[in-house]
Amino acid sequence: MTHYSIFSLVKGALCGPGAWSPAWREPEPKAEYDVVIVGAGGHGLATAYYLAKEHGITNVAVLEKGYLGGGNTGRNTTIVRSNYLLDGNAHLYEWSMKLWENLSHDLNYNVMFSQRGVLNLAHSDAQMDAFRRRGNSMRLNGIDAELLDREGVRAMVPHLNFEDARFPIYGGLLQPRGGTARHDAVAWGFARAADSRGIDIIQNCEVTGIRREGNRVTGVETSRGFIGAKKIGIAVAGNSSRLAAMAGLRLPMESHLLQAFVSEALKPVIDTVVTYGAHHFYVSQSDKGSLVFGGDLDGYNSYAQRGNLPVVEDVITAGLSLFPNLSRVKLLRHWGGVMDMSMDGSPIIGKLPVEGLYLNGGWCYGGFKATPGSGWVFAHTIANDQPHPINEPLSLERFETGAVLDEKGAGPVPGHH
Amino acid sequence: MRLPCPWCGDRDLNEFGYGGDATLQRPADDAPMKEWVDYVFFRDNPRGSHREHWQHIQGCRAWIVVERDTLTHEITGSWPANEMVVAAPAKSEVTP
Ligand SMILES: Cc1cc2nc3c(=O)[nH]c(=O)nc-3n(C[C@H](O)[C@H](O)[C@H](O)COP(=O)(O)OP(=O)(O)OC[C@H]3O[C@@H](n4cnc5c(N)ncnc54)[C@H](O)[C@@H]3O)c2cc1C
Ligand SMILES: [Zn+2]
Repeated sequence: MTHYSIFSLVKGALCGPGAWSPAWREPEPKAEYDVVIVGAGGHGLATAYYLAKEHGITNVAVLEKGYLGGGNTGRNTTIVRSNYLLDGNAHLYEWSMKLWENLSHDLNYNVMFSQRGVLNLAHSDAQMDAFRRRGNSMRLNGIDAELLDREGVRAMVPHLNFEDARFPIYGGLLQPRGGTARHDAVAWGFARAADSRGIDIIQNCEVTGIRREGNRVTGVETSRGFIGAKKIGIAVAGNSSRLAAMAGLRLPMESHLLQAFVSEALKPVIDTVVTYGAHHFYVSQSDKGSLVFGGDLDGYNSYAQRGNLPVVEDVITAGLSLFPNLSRVKLLRHWGGVMDMSMDGSPIIGKLPVEGLYLNGGWCYGGFKATPGSGWVFAHTIANDQPHPINEPLSLERFETGAVLDEKGAGPVPGHH
Repeated sequence: MRLPCPWCGDRDLNEFGYGGDATLQRPADDAPMKEWVDYVFFRDNPRGSHREHWQHIQGCRAWIVVERDTLTHEITGSWPANEMVVAAPAKSEVTP
Protein backbone atom coordinates (compact mmCIF):
# COMPACT_ATOMS: atom_id res chain seq x y z
CA MET A 1 0.00 0.00 0.00
CA THR A 2 1.30 3.47 -0.88
CA HIS A 3 2.11 5.57 2.17
CA TYR A 4 0.39 8.94 1.69
CA SER A 5 2.68 11.93 2.15
CA ILE A 6 3.67 15.16 0.48
CA PHE A 7 5.98 13.11 -1.75
CA SER A 8 3.27 10.68 -2.89
CA LEU A 9 1.07 13.70 -3.57
CA VAL A 10 3.69 15.40 -5.72
CA LYS A 11 4.37 12.14 -7.55
CA GLY A 12 0.63 11.65 -8.12
CA ALA A 13 0.28 15.20 -9.39
CA LEU A 14 3.14 14.77 -11.84
CA CYS A 15 2.48 11.24 -13.03
CA GLY A 16 -1.31 11.39 -13.30
CA PRO A 17 -3.95 9.00 -11.97
CA GLY A 18 -1.89 5.93 -12.88
CA ALA A 19 0.39 6.68 -9.92
CA TRP A 20 -2.35 5.77 -7.44
CA SER A 21 -3.27 2.21 -6.51
CA PRO A 22 -6.69 1.23 -5.08
CA ALA A 23 -6.97 2.05 -1.38
CA TRP A 24 -8.31 -1.41 -0.49
CA ARG A 25 -8.74 -4.87 -2.05
CA GLU A 26 -11.98 -6.48 -3.23
CA PRO A 27 -11.48 -9.99 -1.78
CA GLU A 28 -13.74 -13.01 -2.18
CA PRO A 29 -15.19 -14.15 1.16
CA LYS A 30 -13.31 -17.01 2.85
CA ALA A 31 -15.19 -20.02 4.24
CA GLU A 32 -14.60 -18.98 7.85
CA TYR A 33 -13.32 -16.09 9.95
CA ASP A 34 -12.47 -15.62 13.60
CA VAL A 35 -14.64 -12.51 13.64
CA VAL A 36 -17.30 -11.29 11.22
CA ILE A 37 -18.40 -7.68 11.55
CA VAL A 38 -21.77 -6.90 9.97
CA GLY A 39 -21.92 -3.40 8.48
CA ALA A 40 -19.07 -1.44 6.86
CA GLY A 41 -19.99 1.95 8.27
CA GLY A 42 -17.48 3.89 10.31
CA HIS A 43 -18.16 1.80 13.41
CA GLY A 44 -17.77 -1.60 11.74
CA LEU A 45 -14.60 -0.53 9.93
CA ALA A 46 -13.11 1.08 13.05
CA THR A 47 -13.87 -2.09 15.01
CA ALA A 48 -12.03 -4.19 12.44
CA TYR A 49 -9.10 -1.78 12.43
CA TYR A 50 -8.71 -1.83 16.21
CA LEU A 51 -9.18 -5.63 16.34
CA ALA A 52 -6.08 -5.86 14.15
CA LYS A 53 -4.12 -2.99 15.64
CA GLU A 54 -4.82 -3.42 19.37
CA HIS A 55 -5.55 -7.14 19.63
CA GLY A 56 -3.66 -8.73 16.74
CA ILE A 57 -6.85 -10.36 15.41
CA THR A 58 -6.68 -10.15 11.62
CA ASN A 59 -8.73 -13.12 10.40
CA VAL A 60 -11.69 -10.75 10.21
CA ALA A 61 -14.27 -9.89 7.55
CA VAL A 62 -16.47 -6.80 7.42
CA LEU A 63 -19.64 -7.59 5.47
CA GLU A 64 -21.55 -4.73 3.85
CA LYS A 65 -24.85 -5.07 2.03
CA GLY A 66 -24.22 -2.00 -0.15
CA TYR A 67 -21.01 0.00 -0.47
CA LEU A 68 -18.81 0.92 2.47
CA GLY A 69 -19.72 4.20 4.13
CA GLY A 70 -23.06 4.30 2.29
CA GLY A 71 -25.13 4.23 5.48
CA ASN A 72 -25.34 6.91 8.15
CA THR A 73 -21.59 7.41 8.10
CA GLY A 74 -21.91 8.97 4.65
CA ARG A 75 -25.14 10.78 5.48
CA ASN A 76 -24.44 12.65 8.69
CA THR A 77 -23.75 16.30 9.48
CA THR A 78 -20.27 15.43 10.85
CA ILE A 79 -20.41 17.16 14.23
CA VAL A 80 -17.85 15.86 16.74
CA ARG A 81 -18.16 16.73 20.45
CA SER A 82 -17.96 15.17 23.90
CA ASN A 83 -20.12 17.63 25.85
CA TYR A 84 -22.12 15.08 27.83
CA LEU A 85 -23.47 15.29 31.37
CA LEU A 86 -23.52 11.66 32.48
CA ASP A 87 -20.33 9.71 33.19
CA GLY A 88 -21.21 6.70 31.05
CA ASN A 89 -21.53 8.86 27.94
CA ALA A 90 -18.86 11.43 28.81
CA HIS A 91 -16.08 8.84 29.15
CA LEU A 92 -16.90 7.15 25.84
CA TYR A 93 -17.19 10.35 23.82
CA GLU A 94 -14.13 11.92 25.43
CA TRP A 95 -12.05 8.81 24.71
CA SER A 96 -13.31 9.09 21.16
CA MET A 97 -12.33 12.78 21.05
CA LYS A 98 -8.81 11.87 22.10
CA LEU A 99 -8.60 9.32 19.29
CA TRP A 100 -9.95 11.91 16.82
CA GLU A 101 -7.17 14.28 17.78
CA ASN A 102 -4.55 11.92 16.35
CA LEU A 103 -6.68 9.99 13.86
CA SER A 104 -5.31 11.39 10.60
CA HIS A 105 -1.78 10.44 11.66
CA ASP A 106 -2.80 7.09 13.03
CA LEU A 107 -4.61 6.13 9.80
CA ASN A 108 -2.23 7.95 7.45
CA TYR A 109 -5.39 9.44 5.96
CA ASN A 110 -6.57 13.02 6.24
CA VAL A 111 -9.99 12.87 7.93
CA MET A 112 -10.06 16.68 7.95
CA PHE A 113 -10.77 16.83 11.66
CA SER A 114 -11.35 20.49 12.43
CA GLN A 115 -11.63 21.59 16.07
CA ARG A 116 -13.59 24.73 15.35
CA GLY A 117 -15.68 24.49 18.53
CA VAL A 118 -19.27 23.48 19.19
CA LEU A 119 -21.48 26.21 20.63
CA ASN A 120 -24.84 25.33 22.22
CA LEU A 121 -27.05 28.41 22.53
CA ALA A 122 -29.16 29.09 25.63
CA HIS A 123 -32.40 31.06 25.44
CA SER A 124 -33.55 31.35 29.06
CA ASP A 125 -32.16 31.64 32.59
CA ALA A 126 -33.18 28.05 33.22
CA GLN A 127 -31.24 26.89 30.20
CA MET A 128 -28.17 28.86 31.33
CA ASP A 129 -28.40 27.04 34.67
CA ALA A 130 -28.66 23.68 32.94
CA PHE A 131 -25.66 24.52 30.76
CA ARG A 132 -23.67 25.65 33.79
CA ARG A 133 -24.40 22.30 35.39
CA ARG A 134 -23.45 20.32 32.29
CA GLY A 135 -20.32 22.44 31.79
CA ASN A 136 -19.22 21.80 35.37
CA SER A 137 -19.88 18.11 35.01
CA MET A 138 -17.78 18.08 31.84
CA ARG A 139 -14.89 19.88 33.53
CA LEU A 140 -15.01 17.42 36.42
CA ASN A 141 -14.58 14.70 33.80
CA GLY A 142 -11.58 16.52 32.35
CA ILE A 143 -13.46 17.77 29.29
CA ASP A 144 -13.13 21.36 28.09
CA ALA A 145 -16.19 23.58 28.55
CA GLU A 146 -16.72 27.34 28.65
CA LEU A 147 -19.88 29.17 29.56
CA LEU A 148 -20.32 32.28 27.41
CA ASP A 149 -22.60 35.20 28.19
CA ARG A 150 -24.56 36.96 25.49
CA GLU A 151 -21.65 39.23 24.55
CA GLY A 152 -19.32 36.24 24.41
CA VAL A 153 -21.65 34.60 21.92
CA ARG A 154 -21.94 37.81 19.92
CA ALA A 155 -18.16 38.05 19.64
CA MET A 156 -18.03 34.51 18.23
CA VAL A 157 -21.03 34.56 15.90
CA PRO A 158 -21.92 38.23 15.33
CA HIS A 159 -24.69 37.76 12.78
CA LEU A 160 -26.96 35.64 14.94
CA ASN A 161 -30.32 37.28 15.54
CA PHE A 162 -29.64 39.52 18.56
CA GLU A 163 -32.31 42.06 17.59
CA ASP A 164 -35.86 40.77 17.65
CA ALA A 165 -35.53 37.03 18.21
CA ARG A 166 -38.60 35.20 19.43
CA PHE A 167 -36.22 33.31 21.77
CA PRO A 168 -33.51 35.81 22.75
CA ILE A 169 -29.95 34.54 23.13
CA TYR A 170 -28.85 34.51 26.79
CA GLY A 171 -25.48 32.86 26.28
CA GLY A 172 -24.04 29.52 25.35
CA LEU A 173 -21.97 26.51 26.31
CA LEU A 174 -18.86 26.15 24.19
CA GLN A 175 -16.70 23.09 23.79
CA PRO A 176 -13.61 24.52 22.02
CA ARG A 177 -12.21 21.05 21.14
CA GLY A 178 -15.44 20.07 19.37
CA GLY A 179 -15.82 20.52 15.64
CA THR A 180 -16.33 18.55 12.45
CA ALA A 181 -14.61 15.90 10.33
CA ARG A 182 -14.96 14.70 6.76
CA HIS A 183 -17.41 11.78 7.05
CA ASP A 184 -16.45 9.85 3.88
CA ALA A 185 -12.77 10.20 4.69
CA VAL A 186 -13.40 8.56 8.06
CA ALA A 187 -14.95 5.50 6.40
CA TRP A 188 -12.28 5.39 3.68
CA GLY A 189 -9.41 5.95 6.10
CA PHE A 190 -10.51 3.15 8.44
CA ALA A 191 -11.23 0.87 5.45
CA ARG A 192 -7.78 1.43 3.97
CA ALA A 193 -6.01 1.00 7.31
CA ALA A 194 -8.00 -2.16 8.17
CA ASP A 195 -7.44 -3.64 4.71
CA SER A 196 -3.70 -3.01 4.90
CA ARG A 197 -3.63 -5.07 8.11
CA GLY A 198 -5.17 -8.02 6.29
CA ILE A 199 -8.86 -7.55 7.02
CA ASP A 200 -11.31 -8.52 4.26
CA ILE A 201 -13.90 -5.87 3.47
CA ILE A 202 -16.65 -7.53 1.45
CA GLN A 203 -19.13 -5.18 -0.16
CA ASN A 204 -22.44 -6.12 -1.80
CA CYS A 205 -22.82 -8.91 0.74
CA GLU A 206 -26.02 -8.73 2.77
CA VAL A 207 -26.35 -10.75 5.95
CA THR A 208 -29.72 -12.52 5.89
CA GLY A 209 -29.45 -14.88 8.82
CA ILE A 210 -27.39 -15.81 11.87
CA ARG A 211 -26.63 -19.50 12.28
CA ARG A 212 -26.36 -20.96 15.78
CA GLU A 213 -25.52 -24.24 17.45
CA GLY A 214 -27.22 -24.29 20.80
CA ASN A 215 -26.71 -20.82 22.19
CA ARG A 216 -23.47 -20.15 20.27
CA VAL A 217 -23.09 -18.49 16.89
CA THR A 218 -21.43 -20.43 14.07
CA GLY A 219 -21.71 -18.00 11.17
CA VAL A 220 -23.89 -15.86 8.96
CA GLU A 221 -26.09 -16.57 5.96
CA THR A 222 -25.43 -13.97 3.31
CA SER A 223 -26.43 -13.07 -0.23
CA ARG A 224 -23.05 -14.61 -1.19
CA GLY A 225 -23.52 -17.85 0.73
CA PHE A 226 -22.77 -19.06 4.26
CA ILE A 227 -19.72 -17.59 6.00
CA GLY A 228 -18.51 -19.26 9.18
CA ALA A 229 -17.64 -17.09 12.18
CA LYS A 230 -16.54 -17.77 15.75
CA LYS A 231 -17.72 -14.32 16.79
CA ILE A 232 -20.11 -11.86 15.17
CA GLY A 233 -20.21 -8.12 15.83
CA ILE A 234 -23.31 -6.23 14.68
CA ALA A 235 -22.70 -2.59 13.64
CA VAL A 236 -25.61 -1.80 11.34
CA ALA A 237 -27.09 1.37 12.89
CA GLY A 238 -30.79 1.63 11.90
CA ASN A 239 -30.92 -2.05 10.96
CA SER A 240 -29.91 -3.27 14.44
CA SER A 241 -33.38 -4.63 15.25
CA ARG A 242 -33.39 -6.65 12.03
CA LEU A 243 -30.05 -8.26 12.77
CA ALA A 244 -31.06 -8.95 16.37
CA ALA A 245 -34.27 -10.57 15.12
CA MET A 246 -32.13 -12.99 13.08
CA ALA A 247 -30.86 -14.25 16.43
CA GLY A 248 -34.35 -14.26 17.95
CA LEU A 249 -33.75 -11.10 20.03
CA ARG A 250 -35.61 -7.82 20.46
CA LEU A 251 -33.87 -4.54 21.27
CA PRO A 252 -34.82 -1.37 23.17
CA MET A 253 -34.72 0.59 19.95
CA GLU A 254 -36.78 2.07 17.13
CA SER A 255 -35.64 3.06 13.65
CA HIS A 256 -36.42 6.65 12.75
CA LEU A 257 -35.56 8.95 9.91
CA LEU A 258 -33.23 11.94 10.24
CA GLN A 259 -32.65 14.37 7.39
CA ALA A 260 -29.63 16.48 6.57
CA PHE A 261 -29.37 19.53 4.34
CA VAL A 262 -26.67 21.25 2.33
CA SER A 263 -26.87 24.74 0.86
CA GLU A 264 -25.07 26.19 -2.15
CA ALA A 265 -21.48 27.21 -1.41
CA LEU A 266 -20.99 30.56 0.32
CA LYS A 267 -17.97 32.58 1.37
CA PRO A 268 -16.96 31.89 4.99
CA VAL A 269 -19.88 32.87 7.21
CA ILE A 270 -19.94 30.46 10.18
CA ASP A 271 -16.58 29.31 11.52
CA THR A 272 -17.86 27.11 14.34
CA VAL A 273 -20.75 24.72 14.96
CA VAL A 274 -23.91 26.41 16.29
CA THR A 275 -26.87 24.61 17.85
CA TYR A 276 -30.19 26.26 18.64
CA GLY A 277 -31.46 25.74 22.18
CA ALA A 278 -35.08 26.77 21.73
CA HIS A 279 -35.88 24.72 18.65
CA HIS A 280 -34.02 21.94 16.97
CA PHE A 281 -31.44 23.21 14.47
CA TYR A 282 -27.68 22.86 14.12
CA VAL A 283 -25.35 24.21 11.47
CA SER A 284 -21.73 24.33 10.38
CA GLN A 285 -20.00 25.32 7.16
CA SER A 286 -18.09 22.78 5.11
CA ASP A 287 -14.68 23.50 3.61
CA LYS A 288 -16.39 23.78 0.21
CA GLY A 289 -18.52 26.61 1.63
CA SER A 290 -21.85 24.82 1.91
CA LEU A 291 -23.90 25.21 5.05
CA VAL A 292 -24.50 21.75 6.47
CA PHE A 293 -27.50 21.65 8.77
CA GLY A 294 -30.22 19.52 10.31
CA GLY A 295 -32.91 19.38 12.95
CA ASP A 296 -35.63 17.06 14.18
CA LEU A 297 -36.45 13.47 13.29
CA ASP A 298 -39.30 12.98 10.84
CA GLY A 299 -41.12 11.64 13.87
CA TYR A 300 -42.38 8.14 13.11
CA ASN A 301 -40.80 4.71 12.65
CA SER A 302 -39.13 4.62 9.25
CA TYR A 303 -36.64 2.55 7.27
CA ALA A 304 -37.21 4.68 4.16
CA GLN A 305 -33.84 6.52 3.93
CA ARG A 306 -35.70 9.51 2.50
CA GLY A 307 -37.49 12.26 4.33
CA ASN A 308 -40.81 14.03 4.21
CA LEU A 309 -41.47 17.70 3.50
CA PRO A 310 -42.91 19.00 6.82
CA VAL A 311 -39.53 18.58 8.50
CA VAL A 312 -37.79 20.44 5.68
CA GLU A 313 -39.99 23.44 6.33
CA ASP A 314 -39.65 23.10 10.08
CA VAL A 315 -35.83 22.93 10.08
CA ILE A 316 -35.47 25.85 7.69
CA THR A 317 -37.91 27.98 9.68
CA ALA A 318 -35.89 27.34 12.83
CA GLY A 319 -32.63 28.11 11.05
CA LEU A 320 -33.88 31.41 9.65
CA SER A 321 -35.19 32.58 13.00
CA LEU A 322 -31.60 32.21 14.24
CA PHE A 323 -29.79 33.47 11.12
CA PRO A 324 -32.15 35.87 9.28
CA ASN A 325 -29.24 36.86 7.00
CA LEU A 326 -29.38 33.45 5.32
CA SER A 327 -32.92 33.82 3.96
CA ARG A 328 -31.80 34.05 0.31
CA VAL A 329 -29.47 31.06 0.45
CA LYS A 330 -30.51 28.24 -1.86
CA LEU A 331 -30.83 24.65 -0.70
CA LEU A 332 -28.71 22.32 -2.79
CA ARG A 333 -29.51 18.83 -1.52
CA HIS A 334 -31.19 17.00 1.32
CA TRP A 335 -31.32 13.32 2.21
CA GLY A 336 -32.18 10.98 5.05
CA GLY A 337 -30.64 8.23 7.11
CA VAL A 338 -32.19 5.50 9.25
CA MET A 339 -31.32 6.16 12.88
CA ASP A 340 -31.01 3.55 15.59
CA MET A 341 -32.92 5.45 18.32
CA SER A 342 -32.41 3.78 21.68
CA MET A 343 -34.99 4.14 24.43
CA ASP A 344 -32.74 6.20 26.72
CA GLY A 345 -30.88 8.16 24.06
CA SER A 346 -27.54 6.44 24.72
CA PRO A 347 -25.75 3.75 22.72
CA ILE A 348 -25.58 0.04 23.47
CA ILE A 349 -22.12 -1.54 23.09
CA GLY A 350 -21.71 -4.98 24.55
CA LYS A 351 -22.53 -8.65 24.60
CA LEU A 352 -25.91 -10.02 23.53
CA PRO A 353 -27.49 -12.99 25.29
CA VAL A 354 -26.17 -15.38 22.59
CA GLU A 355 -22.59 -16.68 22.90
CA GLY A 356 -20.27 -14.98 20.43
CA LEU A 357 -22.75 -12.27 19.44
CA TYR A 358 -22.05 -8.59 20.13
CA LEU A 359 -23.96 -5.39 19.48
CA ASN A 360 -22.83 -1.87 18.65
CA GLY A 361 -25.92 0.26 18.08
CA GLY A 362 -28.47 2.70 19.46
CA TRP A 363 -26.47 5.72 18.27
CA CYS A 364 -29.43 8.05 17.88
CA TYR A 365 -28.32 11.35 16.35
CA GLY A 366 -24.78 11.16 17.53
CA GLY A 367 -22.78 8.14 16.47
CA PHE A 368 -20.41 9.77 14.00
CA LYS A 369 -18.42 11.51 16.73
CA ALA A 370 -18.17 8.18 18.54
CA THR A 371 -16.70 6.33 15.55
CA PRO A 372 -13.09 5.84 16.74
CA GLY A 373 -13.95 5.36 20.42
CA SER A 374 -16.85 3.05 19.67
CA GLY A 375 -14.73 0.88 17.37
CA TRP A 376 -11.98 0.82 19.99
CA VAL A 377 -14.18 -0.38 22.88
CA PHE A 378 -16.18 -2.73 20.63
CA ALA A 379 -12.97 -4.38 19.43
CA HIS A 380 -11.92 -4.80 23.07
CA THR A 381 -15.32 -6.31 23.93
CA ILE A 382 -15.16 -8.81 21.06
CA ALA A 383 -11.51 -9.74 21.59
CA ASN A 384 -11.87 -10.34 25.34
CA ASP A 385 -15.52 -11.46 25.39
CA GLN A 386 -16.13 -8.78 28.00
CA PRO A 387 -16.60 -5.02 27.89
CA HIS A 388 -13.90 -2.45 28.53
CA PRO A 389 -14.61 -0.33 31.65
CA ILE A 390 -15.56 2.52 29.29
CA ASN A 391 -18.47 0.62 27.73
CA GLU A 392 -19.55 -1.32 30.81
CA PRO A 393 -22.28 1.25 31.58
CA LEU A 394 -23.49 0.97 27.95
CA SER A 395 -24.65 -2.64 28.27
CA LEU A 396 -28.00 -3.96 27.11
CA GLU A 397 -28.68 -5.09 30.70
CA ARG A 398 -29.00 -1.50 31.89
CA PHE A 399 -32.61 -1.49 30.71
CA GLU A 400 -33.37 -4.33 33.13
CA THR A 401 -31.29 -3.13 36.06
CA GLY A 402 -32.64 0.39 35.83
CA ALA A 403 -29.22 1.99 35.25
CA VAL A 404 -30.38 3.71 32.05
CA LEU A 405 -28.30 6.62 30.72
CA ASP A 406 -31.00 9.18 30.16
CA GLU A 407 -29.13 12.46 29.46
CA LYS A 408 -32.36 14.39 29.16
CA GLY A 409 -34.09 12.82 32.13
CA ALA A 410 -37.13 12.53 29.89
CA GLY A 411 -38.14 8.88 30.17
CA PRO A 412 -38.24 6.01 27.69
CA VAL A 413 -38.81 7.78 24.37
CA PRO A 414 -36.82 6.85 21.24
CA GLY A 415 -36.24 10.49 20.28
CA HIS A 416 -33.32 11.70 22.39
CA HIS A 417 -29.81 12.41 21.28
CA MET B 1 -47.47 11.68 3.40
CA ARG B 2 -51.21 11.72 4.05
CA LEU B 3 -52.93 9.69 6.73
CA PRO B 4 -56.51 8.42 6.45
CA CYS B 5 -58.41 9.54 9.55
CA PRO B 6 -61.47 7.27 9.92
CA TRP B 7 -63.50 10.40 10.77
CA CYS B 8 -62.03 13.12 8.53
CA GLY B 9 -60.64 11.21 5.52
CA ASP B 10 -57.16 11.73 4.00
CA ARG B 11 -55.37 14.52 5.84
CA ASP B 12 -51.85 15.97 5.68
CA LEU B 13 -49.20 14.48 7.95
CA ASN B 14 -48.74 17.91 9.58
CA GLU B 15 -52.11 17.56 11.32
CA PHE B 16 -51.08 14.44 13.25
CA GLY B 17 -49.02 13.60 16.28
CA TYR B 18 -47.30 10.22 16.53
CA GLY B 19 -47.96 7.76 19.35
CA GLY B 20 -45.75 4.81 18.41
CA ASP B 21 -46.24 1.04 18.30
CA ALA B 22 -49.93 0.21 18.83
CA THR B 23 -49.44 -3.50 19.41
CA LEU B 24 -47.86 -3.18 22.86
CA GLN B 25 -49.89 -4.68 25.67
CA ARG B 26 -49.66 -3.03 29.07
CA PRO B 27 -48.92 -5.78 31.60
CA ALA B 28 -50.87 -6.21 34.81
CA ASP B 29 -49.63 -3.91 37.58
CA ASP B 30 -48.13 -6.83 39.46
CA ALA B 31 -46.72 -8.65 36.42
CA PRO B 32 -43.09 -9.84 36.70
CA MET B 33 -40.46 -7.13 36.16
CA LYS B 34 -39.34 -8.79 32.91
CA GLU B 35 -42.75 -8.12 31.34
CA TRP B 36 -42.62 -4.49 32.39
CA VAL B 37 -39.11 -4.06 31.02
CA ASP B 38 -40.28 -5.53 27.69
CA TYR B 39 -43.30 -3.26 27.62
CA VAL B 40 -41.50 -0.04 28.53
CA PHE B 41 -38.30 -0.44 26.52
CA PHE B 42 -38.31 -3.26 23.97
CA ARG B 43 -39.86 -3.03 20.49
CA ASP B 44 -40.30 -5.29 17.46
CA ASN B 45 -39.34 -2.30 15.28
CA PRO B 46 -40.25 -4.08 12.01
CA ARG B 47 -39.11 -3.05 8.55
CA GLY B 48 -42.49 -3.51 6.90
CA SER B 49 -46.04 -3.51 8.22
CA HIS B 50 -46.41 -1.58 11.48
CA ARG B 51 -49.55 -0.79 13.48
CA GLU B 52 -49.09 2.55 15.18
CA HIS B 53 -50.97 5.17 17.14
CA TRP B 54 -51.53 8.64 15.71
CA GLN B 55 -53.59 11.50 17.10
CA HIS B 56 -55.39 13.83 14.71
CA ILE B 57 -54.29 16.81 16.83
CA GLN B 58 -55.05 19.57 14.31
CA GLY B 59 -58.34 17.94 13.30
CA CYS B 60 -60.93 15.92 15.18
CA ARG B 61 -58.35 15.18 17.94
CA ALA B 62 -59.24 11.49 17.94
CA TRP B 63 -56.61 8.81 18.55
CA ILE B 64 -56.44 6.36 15.66
CA VAL B 65 -54.51 3.24 14.71
CA VAL B 66 -52.84 3.27 11.28
CA GLU B 67 -51.25 0.28 9.58
CA ARG B 68 -48.28 1.55 7.56
CA ASP B 69 -45.27 0.01 5.87
CA THR B 70 -42.18 1.53 7.51
CA LEU B 71 -40.11 1.04 4.35
CA THR B 72 -42.50 2.28 1.65
CA HIS B 73 -44.96 4.35 3.76
CA GLU B 74 -47.82 2.48 2.06
CA ILE B 75 -50.91 2.62 4.26
CA THR B 76 -53.05 -0.49 4.47
CA GLY B 77 -55.62 0.37 7.12
CA SER B 78 -56.83 2.80 9.74
CA TRP B 79 -59.24 2.44 12.61
CA PRO B 80 -60.55 4.45 15.56
CA ALA B 81 -58.16 3.55 18.38
CA ASN B 82 -60.93 2.50 20.75
CA GLU B 83 -61.99 -0.23 18.31
CA MET B 84 -58.50 -1.72 18.53
CA VAL B 85 -58.26 -1.86 22.31
CA VAL B 86 -57.55 -5.31 23.63
CA ALA B 87 -58.87 -6.15 27.09
CA ALA B 88 -56.23 -5.60 29.77
CA PRO B 89 -54.91 -8.78 31.38
CA ALA B 90 -56.74 -9.61 34.58
CA LYS B 91 -54.99 -8.68 37.80
CA SER B 92 -53.81 -11.59 39.83
CA GLU B 93 -55.13 -12.09 43.32
CA VAL B 94 -51.86 -11.03 44.95
CA THR B 95 -52.21 -7.71 46.72
CA PRO B 96 -49.04 -5.74 47.29
C1 LIG C 1 -28.88 13.04 8.77
C2 LIG C 1 -27.97 12.55 9.84
C3 LIG C 1 -27.20 13.46 10.56
C4 LIG C 1 -26.34 13.02 11.56
N1 LIG C 1 -25.53 13.93 12.18
C5 LIG C 1 -24.60 13.52 13.07
C6 LIG C 1 -23.67 14.45 13.61
O1 LIG C 1 -23.66 15.64 13.26
N2 LIG C 1 -22.77 13.99 14.51
C7 LIG C 1 -22.74 12.70 14.91
O2 LIG C 1 -21.93 12.36 15.75
N3 LIG C 1 -23.60 11.78 14.39
C8 LIG C 1 -24.52 12.16 13.47
N4 LIG C 1 -25.40 11.24 12.91
C9 LIG C 1 -25.36 9.85 13.38
C10 LIG C 1 -24.22 9.06 12.73
O3 LIG C 1 -24.24 9.27 11.34
C11 LIG C 1 -24.37 7.57 13.00
O4 LIG C 1 -24.65 7.32 14.34
C12 LIG C 1 -23.08 6.84 12.64
O5 LIG C 1 -22.56 7.27 11.42
C13 LIG C 1 -23.40 5.37 12.58
O6 LIG C 1 -22.30 4.68 12.05
P1 LIG C 1 -22.45 3.13 11.85
O7 LIG C 1 -21.17 2.65 11.31
O8 LIG C 1 -22.95 2.55 13.12
O9 LIG C 1 -23.66 2.99 10.82
P2 LIG C 1 -23.73 3.11 9.23
O10 LIG C 1 -22.75 4.08 8.69
O11 LIG C 1 -25.16 3.31 8.88
O12 LIG C 1 -23.23 1.69 8.77
C14 LIG C 1 -24.03 0.53 8.91
C15 LIG C 1 -23.85 -0.29 7.65
O13 LIG C 1 -24.48 -1.53 7.83
C16 LIG C 1 -24.96 -1.94 6.58
N5 LIG C 1 -25.97 -2.99 6.77
C17 LIG C 1 -27.22 -2.88 7.26
N6 LIG C 1 -27.85 -4.07 7.26
C18 LIG C 1 -26.96 -4.97 6.79
C19 LIG C 1 -27.02 -6.37 6.53
N7 LIG C 1 -28.13 -7.08 6.80
N8 LIG C 1 -25.93 -6.98 6.02
C20 LIG C 1 -24.80 -6.27 5.73
N9 LIG C 1 -24.69 -4.94 5.95
C21 LIG C 1 -25.76 -4.29 6.46
C22 LIG C 1 -25.51 -0.67 5.97
O14 LIG C 1 -25.61 -0.77 4.57
C23 LIG C 1 -24.50 0.36 6.43
O15 LIG C 1 -23.50 0.64 5.47
C24 LIG C 1 -26.27 11.64 11.89
C25 LIG C 1 -27.03 10.74 11.17
C26 LIG C 1 -27.86 11.17 10.13
C27 LIG C 1 -28.65 10.15 9.35
ZN1 LIG D 1 -59.75 13.28 12.24
